[in-house]
Amino acid sequence: MKRIYLDHGATTPPHADVIEAMLPYFRQYFGNPSSVHSFGREARRALDESREKTALALGVKPEEIIFTSGGTEANNLAIQGVVEALAARGRHVITSAVEHHAVLDTVKIMADKGCSLTVLPVDRCGIVDPDDLRKAIRDDTVLVTIMTANNEIGTVQPVEELARTCRDKGVPFHTDAVQAIGSIPLDLRGVPIDLLSLSAHKFYGPKGIGALFVRKGTKLGKLMFGGGQERKMRPGTENIPAIVGLAKAIEMATKDIPGKSAAITVLRDRLIEKLLNEIDAVQLNGHPVHRLPGNVNISVNFVEGEGLLLDLDLNGIAASSGSACTSGSLEASHVLMACGMDHQTAHGSLRLTLGHGNTLEEVDYTVATLKNSVDRLRGMSSLYKNYRRQVDKNHAGGEKTCTTKR
Amino acid sequence: MYNEKVMDHFQNPRNAGEMLNPSGVGEVGNMKCGDIMKIFIKVEEGRIQDINFLTFGCGAAIASSSMLTELVKGKTLEEALNITNMDVAEKLGGLPDAKLHCSNLAADALHKAIENYQANNSPV
Ligand SMILES: Cc1ncc(COP(=O)(O)O)c(C=O)c1O
Ligand SMILES: [Zn+2]
Repeated sequence: MKRIYLDHGATTPPHADVIEAMLPYFRQYFGNPSSVHSFGREARRALDESREKTALALGVKPEEIIFTSGGTEANNLAIQGVVEALAARGRHVITSAVEHHAVLDTVKIMADKGCSLTVLPVDRCGIVDPDDLRKAIRDDTVLVTIMTANNEIGTVQPVEELARTCRDKGVPFHTDAVQAIGSIPLDLRGVPIDLLSLSAHKFYGPKGIGALFVRKGTKLGKLMFGGGQERKMRPGTENIPAIVGLAKAIEMATKDIPGKSAAITVLRDRLIEKLLNEIDAVQLNGHPVHRLPGNVNISVNFVEGEGLLLDLDLNGIAASSGSACTSGSLEASHVLMACGMDHQTAHGSLRLTLGHGNTLEEVDYTVATLKNSVDRLRGMSSLYKNYRRQVDKNHAGGEKTCTTKR
Repeated sequence: MYNEKVMDHFQNPRNAGEMLNPSGVGEVGNMKCGDIMKIFIKVEEGRIQDINFLTFGCGAAIASSSMLTELVKGKTLEEALNITNMDVAEKLGGLPDAKLHCSNLAADALHKAIENYQANNSPV
């Protein structure tokens, strides 16, 4: 069976050139960069070059990059590190309700340890209002952490405005840009972001490697203690093959973002249009315009998302859902709930995230497959029967709008 | 995640659909956990002659509804009342732990349908 991968929000296939670039560092160049001998020097050179490439791709200085084990560690280091370093100044942290768990769970732990926490709400499309941020900043605020783009609904935040708001008030601003790198242009030269997290496996690089950008002058404590690697900020022998892979991947991912995004946006918009037009009672979640080029998130009313995922998978299509039944925790996605969605609509959520390999034919096949699945599952759904009986009274789909001006 | 038997019942559910003029109807579940099951029974001479289900829910919810209808068809009311959610899960060859509570409620819906039938048919 031909398989179709529509889960690029979960992870992306490593690019062949990335794998090629990594291989020598498993084989002949296996040295430890801390060693004095030639083996060590080879590895050290790869590490230095990778840091330079990564910095260049982001428009920052090499010494502002700390390699980590991924997005989760970068977020943890940023949040815990800043809170610790600025403890004397205050203990108030601001975040948003739609962050990834790597941020939300970390700030909640900080709150348990005595920080005070403000979680900013979002509108129906998942956007944080910069005015809300302005009002939430206090004299004792030490960190604002708001993601660049959301992993579930693809909503892109007004990061530049949020960052400027923080800069004006002298508060460090961190952004989880894990989903944004390679999808939307980010120039850290012009935007006053102080810390930024990224993860290679979201932009066609290897898993288990990421980085935290820390702007020069930003105070940061450590999570781990040990050797002198990463200027003591992240001790432990560096994962050279993965770091080389990250550097190659980010170099490729940040080349011609507008061109590549445009191509994926065409697929995305066709997918959205067909889903909304060809299936009854479907709504688009997230923002109609300010959304990642590859992200489609819909709610199919009167069916449960896991059933859709299973049917798609049986037909070779890989997707994901924010329904409680798929979450493991048996809670509907906090992102969808923060957007004001009711439980039923959240249960029918389906995320299809496109990437460079996808085609128009795949989009059309996916819509046709999904249509069959929806018909089948709705045929078994008491909720759909009730809905058909009172179609007009309970019109659930499509009328949710955004409240923010953007 | 699911075994072959569960997937078979998910893909080819038995006795799915609405029943006209049922003898009893039972519904369980709630929107928060996301699985809602409705069981329709037709009772004749103390036996469940026919049974149907409608389920809004995940693969486990659909498969357990389907399996329950297979288990129950032709049984007496007493036999049917003895069937538990765990029996259904067992007959399916097991369900993932996370699914044993929210998504495995078909026997509860059946018991409600029987109560509903008995209430409808109790002497006034
Ligand atoms: C927005 C966001 N932040 C953080 C992470 C975690 O990244 P990693 O898997 O590299 O730890 C992810 C990936 O799931 C993500 O989508
Ligand atoms: Zn379920």
